Amino acid sequence: MPSKSLGSPYAGILPVLAIAVLVIAVFSIRFGAVVISFGDMLSALRTGPSAPGMLNLTERIFLEIRLPRALACLFVGASLAMGGVLMQALFRNPIVEPGLVGTSSGAAFGASLYFVLGSVLKFHAGEWTLPIAACLGGALATACVFLVSETTQANRESTTALLLTGIAVNALFLSGVGFFSYIARDPQARSITFWNLGTLSGANWRAVIILAVVTTLGLGIGLRYARHLNSLMMGEEEALYLGVDVKRLKLTITALNVMLVAVATSITGIISFVGLIVPHLLRLMRGSDNRFLLIGGALMGALLLTLSDLAARLLLRPAELPIGIVTAAVGAPVFMALLRNRRYRF
Amino acid sequence: MLCAREVSWTVGSKALVDRVTATFEPGRLSLIIGPNGAGKSSLIRLLSKQQRANAGTISYDSVNLDEINHRELAKIRAVLSQNIEIAFPLRVWEVVMMGRYPHFAGRPAATDEQACHEVMRFFDVEGMADRDYLTLSGGEKQRVHFARVLAQIWFPTPSKSRYLFLDEPLTFLDIYYQFEFMEKLQELLKRGDLIVVGVVHDLNLAARFGEQIVLLHRGRVLARGSKDEVLTRENIKAAFRLEPKLLRGDDDSIHLIFG
Repeated sequence: MPSKSLGSPYAGILPVLAIAVLVIAVFSIRFGAVVISFGDMLSALRTGPSAPGMLNLTERIFLEIRLPRALACLFVGASLAMGGVLMQALFRNPIVEPGLVGTSSGAAFGASLYFVLGSVLKFHAGEWTLPIAACLGGALATACVFLVSETTQANRESTTALLLTGIAVNALFLSGVGFFSYIARDPQARSITFWNLGTLSGANWRAVIILAVVTTLGLGIGLRYARHLNSLMMGEEEALYLGVDVKRLKLTITALNVMLVAVATSITGIISFVGLIVPHLLRLMRGSDNRFLLIGGALMGALLLTLSDLAARLLLRPAELPIGIVTAAVGAPVFMALLRNRRYRF
Repeated sequence: MLCAREVSWTVGSKALVDRVTATFEPGRLSLIIGPNGAGKSSLIRLLSKQQRANAGTISYDSVNLDEINHRELAKIRAVLSQNIEIAFPLRVWEVVMMGRYPHFAGRPAATDEQACHEVMRFFDVEGMADRDYLTLSGGEKQRVHFARVLAQIWFPTPSKSRYLFLDEPLTFLDIYYQFEFMEKLQELLKRGDLIVVGVVHDLNLAARFGEQIVLLHRGRVLARGSKDEVLTRENIKAAFRLEPKLLRGDDDSIHLIFG
């Protein structure tokens, strides 16, 4: 056999995904309660930064609402999908997602705690206060799930204990979120529906910058560990035989997942199913190399969430659905279909 | 040369490996035999640094194993474990390429691809290079892992030996592939810088292929040396609680028959 290149199964799909993301993002910026012409977009981009006072209403909607929202959507989708890739690789289990191990509900808990008690606690880190509070909450809940399941399960390889613990810890932290929503004075972004169902309506440029930093960092670090995660597919012992420091890897990847998912959650609330389904779809299409899954996951997560956001804004126009309703309504049946047609064991 | 001196691994009050001393030379096939629970896999785990010994020293080419970090070790030492399960779809060549991970950062170099091709050809799995690993039979998966493990140490390292540990490599193979695998090991050993230590259950295979045999019993070395020194009726009876009949062939071979 001639020495053909061994990179073949993943070729071609990433550019297609990237182009699709771009097209759908432009589409999503254009359509909504108001349709924005390309002319308005261009003129807003040209004059907006230098003379914000000169913009007309449509241009302002584009620059202050649609564009940051579309960008936030891309980054949140990418973050959630990468979180799913990382967690599934770490647990060697394709039904794990960040929401199941407590990260999202913990992040919502941390963020809602900050909203309600932030002024009392005197904890301030500027623009990063909310993301940091969400990360701490996400880390706390994730640590709870790990510690409880590690110490209760007799068989370490069993994920049943992990998932059951995840359910319990999720319920606990969501009740905390409910409590803070209940005692909160500000009715708007602090409502329990916001945290439970997720929405991108709060997206602004500050959020976009935070998300951009975190998502880029997450992808960069994730790619550095992608091959280590690949060897982990064979088990911890095999990874060690391939020279991987498994303990450090687990800690790094868990922290990375908490960062990605918690920051996204602090801005949009809990959005389910993206982290679960995106890695599945990519694996079914091509394979399980984690380099591919991370890059492809970032793209496909961005794509799916932008589509969901578009649907959320258009279905009941001019009213808006919480995006979590769309992702769950589409994601749950897709996931069940995947379960039935699975090519691989769970 | 691989040397273990008075090596022990105690868990609680139970000594899984109890003051084992043995040397393993390059170019000779060393096989570990013993009844269930004798400490065979545990000894492999100690020799390969999966597990740190509680006492005693292990040295690779007279360098203490404690002083070699896992990343460096992964370039010269490969281990085939029992029962490797992968839950995700991967091409066969991707699994084999994992063996090259210790040798490159980023993308595989040309030498890594060369190693994969050569090793897949060597183990006759090149035809399934593009197949999904999950669709393979148990025996086919095992051969893919042979290729992966050998890919890890395919090229010699200057002034260092290469080390290959095999924990019951023959379990999923039919008799043809069992013999073929052992013959391939013999072929690899001709390169002279390779140290192979394997655990086998089949005493007749050990008799046929083992150039050094280590008989373990309750964590200790009951006997060690050539097949004539180790595979005696008394040793086998002491370790396995069954008395064998020993048949000698004209070609100096030994065959054990039980029952």
